[in-house]
Amino acid sequence: MKKRGVGIAAALYPTGMSGGGDSSQAIVKVKTDGTVDLIIGSCDIGQGAKTVLAQMAAEELGIGYDQVTVVNQDTDATPMCFGTFASRVTFVAGNAVVQAAREARSILFEVAAEDLEASPDDLVAADGKIFVRGAPDRAKTIAEVAGKANFAMRKLVVGRGHYMRNPSSPDPQTGQTDPFATLAWAAVLAEVEVDTDTGEVEILKLVTCYDVGRAINPLLAEGQIEGGTVMGIGATLMENLYPFYPTQAWQPESYHDYVIPTAADVPEIVSAIYECPSTNGPYGAKGIGEMTANVPAPAIINAIHDAIGVWITEVPVTPEKILKALEAKG
Amino acid sequence: MYTLELKVNGQPYKVEVKATANLLEVLRDKLGITSPKVGCETGDCGTCSVILNGKLVKSCLVNALTAQGAEVLTLEGLGRPGALHPLQQAFHEHYAAQCGFCTPGMIMAAKALLDENPQPTKEDVKHYLSGNLCRCTGYVKIVDAVMAAAEEMRR
Amino acid sequence: MALNVVGQRVKRYDGLAHVAGETKFVDDVIVPGMLWTKVFRSPVSKGTIKNIDTSAAEKVAGVAAVITGKDVPNNRYGWGGDQYVLNDTAVRYKGEPIAAVAAVDEDTAAEAVSLIKVDIEEETPVFDPLEAMKPDAPLVRPEGNVFMYGDRPFRAIVLGDVEAGFKEADLIVEGDYLHPWLEHAQLEPQTSLAVPDASGRLTVYTVSQALYLHLQSLCSVLQMPMNKVHYIGGTVGGGFGSKNDMHADHIAAVLALKTGRPVKWRWTREEEMLYSTAKGSWHMHFKDGVKKDGRIIARHVRSIHDSGAYVSLNAYVVDKHSFLVAGPYFIPNVYVQGYAVFTNKPPASSMRGFGITPATFAGEVQMDRIAEAVGIDPWEIRFINAFREGEHTATRRVLDSVALIEVMQTLAKTAGVQLPDRLMAMSSTQRR
Repeated sequence: MKKRGVGIAAALYPTGMSGGGDSSQAIVKVKTDGTVDLIIGSCDIGQGAKTVLAQMAAEELGIGYDQVTVVNQDTDATPMCFGTFASRVTFVAGNAVVQAAREARSILFEVAAEDLEASPDDLVAADGKIFVRGAPDRAKTIAEVAGKANFAMRKLVVGRGHYMRNPSSPDPQTGQTDPFATLAWAAVLAEVEVDTDTGEVEILKLVTCYDVGRAINPLLAEGQIEGGTVMGIGATLMENLYPFYPTQAWQPESYHDYVIPTAADVPEIVSAIYECPSTNGPYGAKGIGEMTANVPAPAIINAIHDAIGVWITEVPVTPEKILKALEAKG
Repeated sequence: MYTLELKVNGQPYKVEVKATANLLEVLRDKLGITSPKVGCETGDCGTCSVILNGKLVKSCLVNALTAQGAEVLTLEGLGRPGALHPLQQAFHEHYAAQCGFCTPGMIMAAKALLDENPQPTKEDVKHYLSGNLCRCTGYVKIVDAVMAAAEEMRR
Repeated sequence: MALNVVGQRVKRYDGLAHVAGETKFVDDVIVPGMLWTKVFRSPVSKGTIKNIDTSAAEKVAGVAAVITGKDVPNNRYGWGGDQYVLNDTAVRYKGEPIAAVAAVDEDTAAEAVSLIKVDIEEETPVFDPLEAMKPDAPLVRPEGNVFMYGDRPFRAIVLGDVEAGFKEADLIVEGDYLHPWLEHAQLEPQTSLAVPDASGRLTVYTVSQALYLHLQSLCSVLQMPMNKVHYIGGTVGGGFGSKNDMHADHIAAVLALKTGRPVKWRWTREEEMLYSTAKGSWHMHFKDGVKKDGRIIARHVRSIHDSGAYVSLNAYVVDKHSFLVAGPYFIPNVYVQGYAVFTNKPPASSMRGFGITPATFAGEVQMDRIAEAVGIDPWEIRFINAFREGEHTATRRVLDSVALIEVMQTLAKTAGVQLPDRLMAMSSTQRR
């Protein structure tokens, strides 16, 4: 018999390394035509670091995204970054990029101030121009200003950024500590159908809501959510590196025995993005890369309970476990 | 060593290969065509997918000498920047590539699908692509991209 | 101020290169005269190395170098500083690298590896972390099988008085949970290409997720300053935590320096599955004291993490778990004991979600069991306990930008679930 159920799960996840002390640096170099090199040590593992960090540099300098070149591939050129893990790059490297871009911008403002007969503090950069706040006609193009910086003012337009949370070690007795920069919040709803004859579980639909603080790029945020959700489906129903745990017997050696989700395994996924800005991230951003893989499992298992009244307490949820649980329930 | 003659992306090649060489190693190591990737070498992951005489194959499973006289299409031959194939354009527009490692094989599989079935349903796409693994995207935007490209190509 | 670029759905920076097949991953870098690597791995899970004989392997035509631990300038590396580049003393897991060959192609390297003879006095391994914790268990490592946090064998998080909380509770809900080992299964395998040059510099093409940490780590292995090692990377074919630990760069680098030639090492998918780092398993016991109105007032969690054979990131993984295993809820009395336990398996390490994946799994199934036990709806039990602005976690971290209630409300609306007005009227900014 096929039985349907609905389940939910909620979650939190910390941004950056727990315990702090993980630095990222950034250099923003403005060329003499106003285009920009963003030089960072952060790897792009597919999540889109180059894209969102370039967006931040463009935003601060008032130029287009396509005018930023990202240099991240070479330790001869790039400054330190701890790495792409712990949901940290958008937040930690992002803070460094914003700082670097603002320093570069302040040099451009100093150069432009004389021509615009204004104080550097009264200048704004947007749409490829530097102009007096409230008087957009009193403007110079960023290309003009960047050129003047070198050819007339003998200035190098480079900004430097560095971000690191102070390290915080737990108290050895109580564990008291301030370990993370900020928390992101999430909730997932799962609808499942369980076949009580075969023990098979079909996920009919997953609805997710993730608090990303601020979506620097909603397209890429969706990519993280969908990708993590499907990785979570694999962890819930399919994946187990030691099927006869704790022994190593019959350990999978390939993708045909360590089975991960294919396109055919993906149910309807509806994703909502919520934005509760962090107080300390770039534009309020939080890190969500990792947590998206965590929440499907309990939502699916709670939906299975709703469908057939058994608690599955070991993942992956195999048909064998479902049938045994049903048998024990009687 | 044996002499293998074949056409890849319209260009004729003549190379010396070992009897045991597979098509993937020949493409990558002998011809320098690196869009097909080495992901598993057991035919499970699909990162090495190419089109051989009009049919989708996993090039790691094809003995190179069986491709004698064949025509091979890889992602490099599908479209170039400035003249992208609608599938390449749609993968870019819909954010169907994250790390990009599965992308060459995935696009070739999608090309083979649309050659066979220009009007697929979402379910058709999901099942046809199920021999090509992606660990980044969750496939949602890949399926969207293929549907969009199919529509574009029917215009 | 209004934002112009941030918040926009701009296309992926390197998206056109991806769809045109132009993106170069490490394996796509092909250098003339490049040698290939294969590695002799321990055939046993635990044992003492008595002798390593590479003489027959060295004589194979096409072999350029065979190396063992004595060829490595500093043979210890890793987050805990306890891993061997090439083990030459006592192996702790099946598959641990002992010797490596560089040869003209992979087949020749593999043939040479098959001729390496290693005498290992095999010892009894332990695979079950619960067994490994017992006092008479075989030792995985000389320092003991349980990682010491100061003078304690576990990370302790203590908030309030958990026993008093249990006494005050109307009912106790307990649950045991097991989360398995998981593999990252990223599509691009571990790959490294090391290219020496006449100036004495070494260029390393890497799959690393953490370019600078790898630079530091490799310089320590090679005993070279950072300006002599030139790392090229930053474009990674999927990571998910699999490429924070150094898997291939160290051995490729030592072989390149020994031969003076470019050396590539690309792991097979089988090596990746069997021997790379992974997410270790978790045994978790939850005991919760709950009031009839649904408030959780005390939580004790005892978590045991199977860390495999080396420290790697496991002490950190257990910390991360322990700090937040009490979940997104305000619980005034919490006691967490997080154990990192060593077994004779390949080392566990970072994987997407770290120690919070098992915490979310167990904690959220436990929430539904609590809801059932007190007869309150699963949505409502979460609203009742959800963190509010200004409250603090079990480690006394005071919270800002709290939004669990709003996120659940948004989920309900998106899913078409009609929640009672009293839940839809709640807010994270309201005091409890």
